Amino acid sequence: MKQRTRSTFIQAAVLTTLLGGVCACSSFELKPWVKPYERNQLADPIMSFNRDPVSLSYLHHVREVREGARGAEGGDGGGCGCN
Amino acid sequence: MGADVAVTNSIAVTNRIIGARAAVSFGAALICTVLMFATRVFATVLPEDRADVLYHSYNGGGVQVHGPSILVRKSVGKQVSVWANYYVDQVSSASVDVMATASPYTEKRIERSVGMDVLHDKTTFGLGYTSGDEPDYKAKSAHFSVSQDFFGDLTTVAISFGRGWDEIGKHAQPGFQEKMDTRTYRLDVSQILTRSLIAGLTYQTISDQGFLNNPYRSARFLDPSVPRGFSFESEVYPKTHTSNAIAARLKYYLPYRAALMTEYRWFQDTYGIRANDIALEYTHPLGDHWTFEGRARYYKQSAADFYSDLFPRSNSQNFIGRNKELAAFNTQSLGLGVSYHLVKGMLPLVNSASLTFNGEYVRYKYDDFRDVTKGGAPGAEPLFDYDAFVIRAFFSVFF
Repeated sequence: MKQRTRSTFIQAAVLTTLLGGVCACSSFELKPWVKPYERNQLADPIMSFNRDPVSLSYLHHVREVREGARGAEGGDGGGCGCN
Repeated sequence: MGADVAVTNSIAVTNRIIGARAAVSFGAALICTVLMFATRVFATVLPEDRADVLYHSYNGGGVQVHGPSILVRKSVGKQVSVWANYYVDQVSSASVDVMATASPYTEKRIERSVGMDVLHDKTTFGLGYTSGDEPDYKAKSAHFSVSQDFFGDLTTVAISFGRGWDEIGKHAQPGFQEKMDTRTYRLDVSQILTRSLIAGLTYQTISDQGFLNNPYRSARFLDPSVPRGFSFESEVYPKTHTSNAIAARLKYYLPYRAALMTEYRWFQDTYGIRANDIALEYTHPLGDHWTFEGRARYYKQSAADFYSDLFPRSNSQNFIGRNKELAAFNTQSLGLGVSYHLVKGMLPLVNSASLTFNGEYVRYKYDDFRDVTKGGAPGAEPLFDYDAFVIRAFFSVFF
């Protein structure tokens, strides 16, 4: 009976901590620190990680065929992150 | 599909030895992956309508590969973009592997890919399918990806999953039929750090199961019963292979209009290979029409646990491999590129267009793979190295 009480107490403590954490996270508002109007440099095509997908695909293809490593090649993202 | 594959045996073909399996399956996965992720150059916006015609060429180590690649991407309404890619490798090989145990050969390899991207609010869904054909190898793969923007579009997270189904044959052996399945999992995070700096982080794991070695590659073992002192036997690889790779990249907009990118990748797999590579790239526009690029890369890997250039005897261990891609080696590469941009009005019916030429020099230097074609006592032949030149020339139209 005593063990059961202790277990219930631990469960309640964990639940309270989790709920507290969720509330703390929801009250913490992470604001974008780079405003959309500050992204003109990031919007320049030269800032893209992958301006020419066909060309980059071929370069990765050449490397993967001749090297043991594979995966996590570049090509994702870049740019301004703006609509 | 088979009708599309043309084999030109202008040189006597007694055996084909190249990483053909790797070429098809990896190439298909790469094209799918890169094309899908290319949709997010600008987050939550579908990519531009474009058409690219690329001529590619690789020349090094006795291997020549060239051919075209054509990509067309077109939006359908405001939320859907579809694309298709046609890719050809025309291979002529007289590599050190071929010259050691067989005869030079030529062959043609064709890949076709189609896909679509669907935009919904801040989420992009991508779907792609690739089919690769060559005389003794068929590869099919499918990919699905989801990307989502967060934090005022400062952060983009993308996950993707891919499956591959390969059928491996062997020249002049119609009864030889093996299979390989591949699963690919990938996570990409792209983060705007400042108004001039962006970071990318990628994790990818790839798992293969089935017949994983190249049926044309051979392992070498000491054989006192023959005059040259060594003989060859078939390689034996494990039936499963899992690899993990993590890459981090940063791109910085310099105080003048130019960009600097650095990239680092770490790799390990269940074969025991550990690899690292680091790259640096500089992009410099000049006026409205010209863009120049320079890049350098260094790659280094350790050997697989079951690799040896010369085994002590036949069947000396459970798994044996002498594929030089499993050896310890490093590569150093330097590349230059130039693009000429045509602005709106210079061509009818198009918004813009560009003509680009990229050339790359690569030096491969092996630590424990020896060139048996040069002669010498077994195990004392000179270490193998070679230079390669990679050319990418393409015309892009945006409409």
